[in-house]
Amino acid sequence: MTEPQTRHITLRVNGQAREITTPVRKTLADALRTDLGLTGTHLGCETGLCGACTILVDGRAMRACLMLAVQAEGHAITTIEGLAPSPSELHPLQQAFCRHHALQCGFCTPGLLTTLVEFLHDVPNPSEAEIREAISGNLCRCTGYDTIVAATLEAAAMLRPQP
Amino acid sequence: MKSSSFEYHAPKTLDDAVALLARHAEEEARVLAGGQTMVPAMAMRLARPGHLIDINAIPGLDQISLTDHAMRIGACVRHAALGATAAPGPFGRLLGLLQHHIAHLPIRTRGTFCGSLANADAASEWCLLMVALDGRIEARSTAGTRMIDAEDFLLGYMTTALAPEEMIVAAHLPTLPPGTRVGFHEFARRAGDFAQSMAIATYAVAQGRITAPRIAIGGVVSRARRCPEAEALLHGATPDPALFQEAARQAATHAPLVEEDPYLRSLTETSVLRALTGAA
Ligand SMILES: Cc1cc2nc3c(=O)[nH]c(=O)nc-3n(C[C@H](O)[C@H](O)[C@H](O)COP(=O)(O)OP(=O)(O)OC[C@H]3O[C@@H](n4cnc5c(N)ncnc54)[C@H](O)[C@@H]3O)c2cc1C
Ligand code: FES
Ligand code: FES
Repeated sequence: MTEPQTRHITLRVNGQAREITTPVRKTLADALRTDLGLTGTHLGCETGLCGACTILVDGRAMRACLMLAVQAEGHAITTIEGLAPSPSELHPLQQAFCRHHALQCGFCTPGLLTTLVEFLHDVPNPSEAEIREAISGNLCRCTGYDTIVAATLEAAAMLRPQP
Repeated sequence: MKSSSFEYHAPKTLDDAVALLARHAEEEARVLAGGQTMVPAMAMRLARPGHLIDINAIPGLDQISLTDHAMRIGACVRHAALGATAAPGPFGRLLGLLQHHIAHLPIRTRGTFCGSLANADAASEWCLLMVALDGRIEARSTAGTRMIDAEDFLLGYMTTALAPEEMIVAAHLPTLPPGTRVGFHEFARRAGDFAQSMAIATYAVAQGRITAPRIAIGGVVSRARRCPEAEALLHGATPDPALFQEAARQAATHAPLVEEDPYLRSLTETSVLRALTGAA
């Protein structure tokens, strides 16, 4: 092989179609950050362990460092930049994170929020233990997790359909 | 680190996929399924495939088919699709017990059952299940399709009987008759980590006596394996705590551990004991 193989692809990110030409070996995380300027998706380990790069692909939480950009063609991608419903209003989970001081440096936060968005969709009324298991793949070096769990419990209550 | 360069293929049919594997077998062609092992291995440059054959665009590979006695799991079925609701009865319960020990939520949405078999990690829950229930692997190449028993497929630590030009198309598992009791126990350092030690126990009871006992262990051995001495002891006996204790001791005593270590042997014994005692 002489020239690295590239492909021209269209990605649907946060509701918008974006076209890029990318080497096939580039991960989705790198394409989001360097080609599309969406630097809210953080890269900690690039091997699936830390969870910082977690995004939503067709509504399901996945590791952006473990997908190739070319594999994302035809799928709807939501990054942390697309979570809030409008520029002036945060997602209920983001609001709860603010209220509970569930972030300090913020490096882990995008991955935690995307993971928890899918989790709360699947498990609308979680126990504390279930939340801790759901975020077992997201490393946070700052908070000690307690405030994250508290924020998630509150967000779950906000997101549940009221009887 | 970033992966080395490779050529990327996304075939639309199985015929094309196996043709690509055959054509590029000499240049380290590798199948890409969920990528949850392959992509990190490439990022760490532990794997430097010349060609990646992405099977995710092949229609139908994400299908699970269930009959009265068996389940067929296609090559793109994700871990997340194989929870307790995937099948009724004890077989579904056993899937549910295992599934949430596999990695973390955002990895289960992408990683595949068959990819775990191809990867053959000693701590793979699905490899353990295949050995425990005598599952079979459907492998395909340009030469045709063959069925391989899990026992013959898993050769050793991360080593399988799959030829370089072959791919797994599906895994086949016999389901369990109604009334079978199923148990699982795993020791891992935190939720979602690879198992240090794990065990599956299944058995039925007829006229107060144990029939069809199956005990399998993983993590502490180079590949998942059955415990014939413990199964022989259980077969035909009356279930009680002393019997389970002795069966667990037999399983641990005869286990060919990856290294001689009293701690691992003790973990093995306790895994089997808890799987047996917890079986319901
Ligand atoms: C942080 C983390 C924690 C994890 N924890 C666990 C755990 O606790 N238990 C566990 O079992 N696994 C765990 N895994 C691994 C995970 O389950 C993987 O999904 C699985 O091992 C491989 O499946 P995959 O579909 O992602 O395969 P890929 O990564 O796509 O491929 C893995 C290997 O299998 C080959 N392969 C894949 N599919 C086929 C096929 N159909 N035919 C032929 N070859 C094929 C590939 O060529 C490659 O060599 C973990 C992974 C991560 C990143
Ligand atoms: S950067 Fe993807 S999981 Fe750490
Ligand atoms: S807030 Fe700093 S890593 Fe979680």
